[in-house]
Amino acid sequence: MHRFANPARFLRIANAVYPWLVAATFLLMAAGLWFALFDSPPDYQQGDSVRIMYIHVPSAWMGMFCYTAMAVFSAMALIWKHPLADLLARATAPIGAGFTFVCLVSGSLWGKPMWGAYWVWDARLTSMLILFFLYLGYMALANAFDDPIRGQKAAAILAVAGFVNIPIIKFSVDWWHTLHQPSSFSLFAAKHSDIAPSMLLPLGLMALACQTYYFMVLILRARAEIASAKIRTIRMAQVHAAGGGE
Amino acid sequence: MTRKRRRLYFVIVGMLALGTSVGLVLNAISSDIVFFYSPTQLLTKHIPLGERFRIGGLVQRGTLVKDGKTVTFRVTDHTNSVPVTYTGILPDLFREGQGVVAEGRMEPDGVFHATEILAKHDQKYMPPQVVEELKKHGEWKGG
Repeated sequence: MHRFANPARFLRIANAVYPWLVAATFLLMAAGLWFALFDSPPDYQQGDSVRIMYIHVPSAWMGMFCYTAMAVFSAMALIWKHPLADLLARATAPIGAGFTFVCLVSGSLWGKPMWGAYWVWDARLTSMLILFFLYLGYMALANAFDDPIRGQKAAAILAVAGFVNIPIIKFSVDWWHTLHQPSSFSLFAAKHSDIAPSMLLPLGLMALACQTYYFMVLILRARAEIASAKIRTIRMAQVHAAGGGE
Repeated sequence: MTRKRRRLYFVIVGMLALGTSVGLVLNAISSDIVFFYSPTQLLTKHIPLGERFRIGGLVQRGTLVKDGKTVTFRVTDHTNSVPVTYTGILPDLFREGQGVVAEGRMEPDGVFHATEILAKHDQKYMPPQVVEELKKHGEWKGG
């Protein structure tokens, strides 16, 4: 694992897989949207509103996945001081915040016609909103200090501590009565999924598309972060040289 | 012990401590986190008359009566049930056998007077044709 902490090696691998990720994201997204919007049946209760699920559920998964990735990168940065880990955590935050925002908005638009309310303060919705605030807090904290290293360390601690919210989101619908429905997937039940196969196909395609989209944007953002770190180093060296000349 | 090792243990112990304390707090305030009470929980909760809260369960079959904009029905959890009355607009998914959450007060007449009705959706997603097939073969258990 530590072999990959070298930014030059990371860039070499990232640049090699990037075009494949772009192609995969484009194809999966196109196929997923086609099935989600046109070639899948309406639901017996929700009618065509069920199509909101195909964007809502993948973005909820990605909101949690990105946070987990951010917490793992932050822990690696705190423990082993890999600069690349910090950089990847910082690059992940806005992507995860975006997915979480899409999840909250799409869920709200589904909630009004189905439940009769845009928003309720049940355990699932509240813990998901907290996830969104954790992302915002992380980004604010990482940029709050003049010295980027200090801000990064404080933000990394927040990211790792905030990880306790992830199991709370996942199990909120099992631990407490919520208005939000429980998970449609189960590892242990005889029937693993309560979603009809014709609806599982667009959901799976959209989930994969969101996953490859994350890695694609992560590489783009990481490249930009590495470039800006290089610029910072050069500027510092210039300031040093100018200061030393006097 | 190297510094890296020490930081690793620090993060692990810190997360365990944080996780345990959050777990204990959530467990302690568990009854405030639930979005609604079931009719059976209501029997042991002793909520004072006139206090606002939510009850949830299924709309018991055969109890739904509509009179203009006013509906009365019973909310059941298959063990106990509570009579509910409500005047206003109902969500589309509201019907007999369907999950429901009602917010309001228990009045002295023993009826729960709801001021807001929310429909609860379950985790099942399927096309109408599949439901028809299941009903035809007598394997349908839902609403």
